[in-house]
Amino acid sequence: MRLATIAVPHVALGKLFARGCSIFVLALCFTRTSLASANNSIPNIFKPESTPAEEIHTISRFTLTITGLIFAVVFSLLVYAIARFRRPGAEEFEPPQVYGSNQIELAWTVIPVLIVLVLFLATARVIHSIQEAPQPAAAVEVIAVGHQFWWEFRYPGLGVVAANELHIPVSEAGKPTPTFVTLLSADTDHSFWVPQLAGKTDLIPNRRNALWMEPHQTGMYLGQCAQYCGTQHAKMLLRVYVDAREDFAKWVEGQKQPAVAKAEVAAGRRIFEQTACINCHAVAGTVADGRFGPDLTHLMSRETLASGAADNTRENLKRWIRNPEEFKPGCLMPAMNLSEPELEAVTSYLETLR
Amino acid sequence: MSTESIALTGVQETGRPLSSVLQSWITTVDHKRLGILYIVLALVFLVIGGLEATIMRIQLIVPHNHFVSPQFFNQMFTMHGTTMIFFVAMPILFGFGNYLIPLMIGARDMAFPRVNAWSFWLTAFGGMLLYLSFVGGYGLYGAGAAPDVGWFAYAPLTARTFSVGHSTDFWILGLLVSGIGSIGAAVNFVATILCMRCPGMTFGKMPLLVWLNLVMGAMVLFVISPLTAAQIMLSIDRFLGGHFFDTQAGGSAVLWMHFFWIFGHPEVYVLVIPAFAFVSEIIPVFSRKPIFGYPVMVAATVGIGFVSFSVWAHHMFTVGMNSYANSFFALTTMVVGVPTGIKIFNWIGTMWGGHLQFKAPMLFCIAFLFQFLIAGLTGIMLACTPFNWQLSGSYFVVAHFHYVIVGAILFALFGAFYYWYPKMSGRMYNPTLGKLHFWLFVIGFHLTFDFMHIPGLLGMPRRIYTYEPGRGWEVWNLIVTIGVFFQACGVLIFVGNLLWSLFAGKLAGNDPWDAWTLEWSTSSPPPEYNFAQIPTVSSRRPLWDLKHPEDPDVD
Repeated sequence: MRLATIAVPHVALGKLFARGCSIFVLALCFTRTSLASANNSIPNIFKPESTPAEEIHTISRFTLTITGLIFAVVFSLLVYAIARFRRPGAEEFEPPQVYGSNQIELAWTVIPVLIVLVLFLATARVIHSIQEAPQPAAAVEVIAVGHQFWWEFRYPGLGVVAANELHIPVSEAGKPTPTFVTLLSADTDHSFWVPQLAGKTDLIPNRRNALWMEPHQTGMYLGQCAQYCGTQHAKMLLRVYVDAREDFAKWVEGQKQPAVAKAEVAAGRRIFEQTACINCHAVAGTVADGRFGPDLTHLMSRETLASGAADNTRENLKRWIRNPEEFKPGCLMPAMNLSEPELEAVTSYLETLR
Repeated sequence: MSTESIALTGVQETGRPLSSVLQSWITTVDHKRLGILYIVLALVFLVIGGLEATIMRIQLIVPHNHFVSPQFFNQMFTMHGTTMIFFVAMPILFGFGNYLIPLMIGARDMAFPRVNAWSFWLTAFGGMLLYLSFVGGYGLYGAGAAPDVGWFAYAPLTARTFSVGHSTDFWILGLLVSGIGSIGAAVNFVATILCMRCPGMTFGKMPLLVWLNLVMGAMVLFVISPLTAAQIMLSIDRFLGGHFFDTQAGGSAVLWMHFFWIFGHPEVYVLVIPAFAFVSEIIPVFSRKPIFGYPVMVAATVGIGFVSFSVWAHHMFTVGMNSYANSFFALTTMVVGVPTGIKIFNWIGTMWGGHLQFKAPMLFCIAFLFQFLIAGLTGIMLACTPFNWQLSGSYFVVAHFHYVIVGAILFALFGAFYYWYPKMSGRMYNPTLGKLHFWLFVIGFHLTFDFMHIPGLLGMPRRIYTYEPGRGWEVWNLIVTIGVFFQACGVLIFVGNLLWSLFAGKLAGNDPWDAWTLEWSTSSPPPEYNFAQIPTVSSRRPLWDLKHPEDPDVD
């Protein structure tokens, strides 16, 4: 009896150790791939591609330079003091007792004050320039609503509702089209952070925050929620697609269309509309008008599912509907306990929502 | 000379039954024993908090790891943060303060010995309450439910809607109870330092450690109050249907942030000022020189104390404050850098021209200087509001504050342990093991926390239980986790050294470091009454005067 109770943690520990070792080996493999991976997939704050991120980058480099210089000076002093005044053996006599020096202390008070002043003025300028930037008439307006654990994007001027993958137009030199985002939250605090496009700003319930981006380079930019918002905070991923102007117009046109109704998936649609799916999800032009989960009208126009937790493939979609916990344990979408044929039918229906 | 306080040797407690020994520790009101109790309590929680950190680091060693569930990971970072701040850092610093202040000011005990015991037990029970959440968080039907709202517990995650069960209530009560204990300890510190100094010890002649603990004690009185108020408001929300922070009913999430951070930021200084205090005692002794610029050191500390109350919203640069508020808090935060810089320069000034001896306490203090310098400079980066919009809430911030709390505070604490261990136990630690601990911990610390900055710059937010491959974060997370094991080995050697030396260490004698403050004039460990005769002092370094009558301390 006693032995058994002791043995249990040992087995667990053994397993743990084995797992740890395999993880270590795995990690070594990952090291290589990560070093070789392409750079646009790395949301590096020092590779800005949008006006506010570039302004931040400039002040960051200024700050880094100043702090770097301070570090070099103090570090050298410290290393010198250690090397120069080291006495390995015991000393017969004590060194001269110096109690302080008003001149030196004044110097190392005044110099930091001046540094702080310069740094502050430079900082205040950038704060003002980013926060007080006027919104041009041509700007695209987006309302981003944070939900546990996904993003809702509404384009009030364009009549488009999207989720998790934000499309915005690239801003060209002669005709700037920055995107101004209003940030709201439906539940807890979230934070919108796409490092290459802008600094982060929180989405807080009962509060209206704002953020803007002015990307100069088309492409896909990665980000994710940066304020702890609950169990699946880690998989509240975010993508911003910066499209060429005509691609953006095409995307908007596509998103405005109501859902297509295809006869061959009518069975799946019926199941979808008769289960609790429609309590949370909307499909424009049908009875489904739930607002709690992402709008599915153009589900297939997205590259990912579950706020970036999985690639948008048929297999993943099926697995996601069968058991959302598999991708996002703790997410708020329940498993509907559909039978295998029902699951096939619903998946087929959803696959027509382009 | 004035310090001829010959201590009588304490009566040996041999052959007493265990129950009687235990009873004497539980009912003690002696400041030295309470100090040791605080320290032991904190060390126990340090090991628990360290295990929680290790679990998180194992989970993050590779992307998409399945070592623990997201729910458990979220509990781990909440418990790790709460434990380390409230049940490790605070009690351990109170412990050292308790032990040292009366000895350094020539007093026989704290001003209020029974309040002292009461404060300790409140802290201990607060910690126990917090950990009871593991068995009682969901009531009896769901064991294993520690709070998972993060250590700063932002609203509205703490509202009933988002935090069902009682895990958040355990968190609230644990902090409420230990907060009252902290206030008791702070009142005691301030009263003791103001009223119990021995004859001749004017404010200008107090050891710096005492000065810094006075500032710390005064700050605790002001910082714990808003936290306690916020905890009570949150309880009203949760139990009586109040709407302070309940956004679903029109409450304000930002209000909680203000309450929390006006506690939270000065709290950092509450923790770091006692660390400064240790360094300000240890560096002079192992440089064989008095502290450089004593009055400026005091002024800088008091300055930090005041300014630290006007910087809290730099934790909130991303919540959408207007540009004027953002500029104001950037300025105040950068201003803190000035007195802090003065301190670093004065410590270097103390070493300059001295005879440096690299014993374990000094090694830790030198590492403290390097690391605190870097922590301060990353702090300046974070104070630059636009830079902060990128860095805030990322692993860069996590690395920054661990640089402060581990790289500065914990290193200074290890220095303090080695420095005062002979006084507390009467025996020397093993110096070889001390150095081994130092090097292991330095390597582990830098592996973990230097490389932790980088994923933050690459967009990795904090508090995520897993991350996506291919974002350039894998290699850094791997290195960070490897460092943890070096640190863990260092801590094991440290604890082993302390325990082993307790029985087998060489006898230390009264004054093993040839030091200058009053605690070294009495026996090791000191008798219950500290000094047979209350000493009289005429300078900041009474034992220096005693040993060098030809060259007495000038102040």
